[in-house]
Amino acid sequence: MKITTITAAVLFTAGAALAGEVGPKDVVYAEGAIEASLSGAPGDAAAGAKTMTTRSLGNCIACHEVTALKDSPFHGEVGPSLDGTGSRWTEAELRGIVVNAKMTFEGTVMPAFYKVDGFNRAGDGYTGKAAPENFPPVLTAQQVEDVVAFLVTLKD
Amino acid sequence: MTKLKSIRAFAVLAVAGGVAFGGAAQADENAELIVNGEIKLVTKTAAPDHLKDAVDTIYSGWLFRETGTQAMQMDDFVNPGMLDAEAGIELYNAVDGTEGKSCASCHGDIAEGMKGLRAVYPKWNEAAGEVRTMEMQVNDCRETRMGAEPYKYISREMGQIVSAVSLQSRGEPVNVAIDGPVAATWAQGKELYYTRTGILDLSCASCHEENYGNMIRADHLSQGQINGFPVYRLNNAKINQVHDRFKGCVRDTRAETYNPGSSEFIALELYVASRGNGLSVEGVSLRN
Ligand code: HEC
Ligand code: HEC
Ligand code: HEC
Repeated sequence: MKITTITAAVLFTAGAALAGEVGPKDVVYAEGAIEASLSGAPGDAAAGAKTMTTRSLGNCIACHEVTALKDSPFHGEVGPSLDGTGSRWTEAELRGIVVNAKMTFEGTVMPAFYKVDGFNRAGDGYTGKAAPENFPPVLTAQQVEDVVAFLVTLKD
Repeated sequence: MTKLKSIRAFAVLAVAGGVAFGGAAQADENAELIVNGEIKLVTKTAAPDHLKDAVDTIYSGWLFRETGTQAMQMDDFVNPGMLDAEAGIELYNAVDGTEGKSCASCHGDIAEGMKGLRAVYPKWNEAAGEVRTMEMQVNDCRETRMGAEPYKYISREMGQIVSAVSLQSRGEPVNVAIDGPVAATWAQGKELYYTRTGILDLSCASCHEENYGNMIRADHLSQGQINGFPVYRLNNAKINQVHDRFKGCVRDTRAETYNPGSSEFIALELYVASRGNGLSVEGVSLRN
């Protein structure tokens, strides 16, 4: 990938926040919920749908059925259907669930998508090798916002 | 907060499994595994005592596969893994190493010499004072008794000879010991089974104990039993040994894996084998 020197300098400290962004280590929860946008910008629901169905990104449909995403094949059933989730939870609660679901559902198997510490044997993607120092979270702040923007549209 | 956990009972799953969009496996929970129309294998039975507080019934991975995949394992002429087992029998009978011996020189015909052994492995070796997997035992005989080079732990030859040896236990109930001198290793394996790994933070139990019967993406989750190993996988068109599969599953949690043959995987193999005590050794099974 070609990146400009300026962006490269910022990306180099992966995990550290971009300007205006809340870094994975600085997230503040209120009973599992996160009030403000992590990226400081609004999310894009269409991009969120893409993130949710992309295996290397959210891969949410590996565990959840989502009727609105049924054009993508193979929805799993490890977690509940996300149909109507936007009616069950507030935007802040949904953000908290995507960032680190364990703050809402104790002991859940749902992975944390915006977290960079506290892992046992963190790996480098799906290579089976050890993760580099300062590895990034599974999703970027903006990708989390995009996913949240999509989830709030899932009303009963 | 509502408990949204999906259904675990197997009976309900046949129904639930069909709901997932597109690719749900149509596993038949009542299917019977009878190979060549005569060898009846136990694919579901009561859980061994040590597992009773976690699950009531243990199931072979075969039950979770689609009907077509299931059928391939029911006929030795159709199961491609049988070719590897045959190649393994040739290796067993072939002279190799400085001592000018084959396995058969000491153990006799494979059908006699290796009968029933796979069902009790991994197993304690008194002389060496260690828990041995079948792969370790094969290499020990090669090195110390034959003066031959050890096989790579995960390799074509090792997969073949272990397939040949396993086939001599087909139909026998898995019956690994978990107490006495192996107790500490077994406890280590149990610890590993329930320890979450990787950036996805999942343990073996997250998928194979809490969610067997559920679909995860296009895969129908089984209990992750190893009574069927070695398995011929249609996905990679080769024999897959136990530690190979473990490595893949740990890698899929986005973790740094353990190595095949490592003390961690030996302990985990003993523990996972013991979760299948009572299921039949399938010899060379077939999976997707
Ligand atoms: C490994 C499986 C797994 C993956 C992958 C996963 N989840 Fe979940 N999710 C669960 C489980 C299980 C629950 C139920 C919580 C519990 O009780 O453990 C859940 C609960 C939820 C809920 C609350 C559902 C409701 O309506 O009450 C939302 C929202 C959610 N997940 C969104 C997501 C999104 C978005 C992604 C992808 C970025 C995702 N999940 C990925 C397993 C998963
Ligand atoms: C020179 C004789 C000799 C040769 C050749 C030999 N073995 Fe052995 N093998 C032994 C002896 C003796 C034992 C038992 C001692 C022990 O447990 O270490 C043994 C033990 C075993 C066991 C464990 C039996 C049990 O009860 O747990 C297996 C399996 C085995 N051998 C397989 C093989 C295979 C496969 C080969 C060929 C690659 C082979 N052996 C070659 C002598 C031999
Ligand atoms: C993210 C979920 C997940 C986790 C965690 C996981 N596995 Fe698996 N495993 C799978 C899937 C999917 C398959 C293929 C379908 C099946 O048999 O369940 C599989 C297959 C297996 C099989 C093959 C079963 C057969 O009959 O062929 C074994 C053995 C196994 N896993 C063991 C383990 C062990 C041991 C661990 C912990 C180190 C583990 N798995 C962790 C998802 C997982």
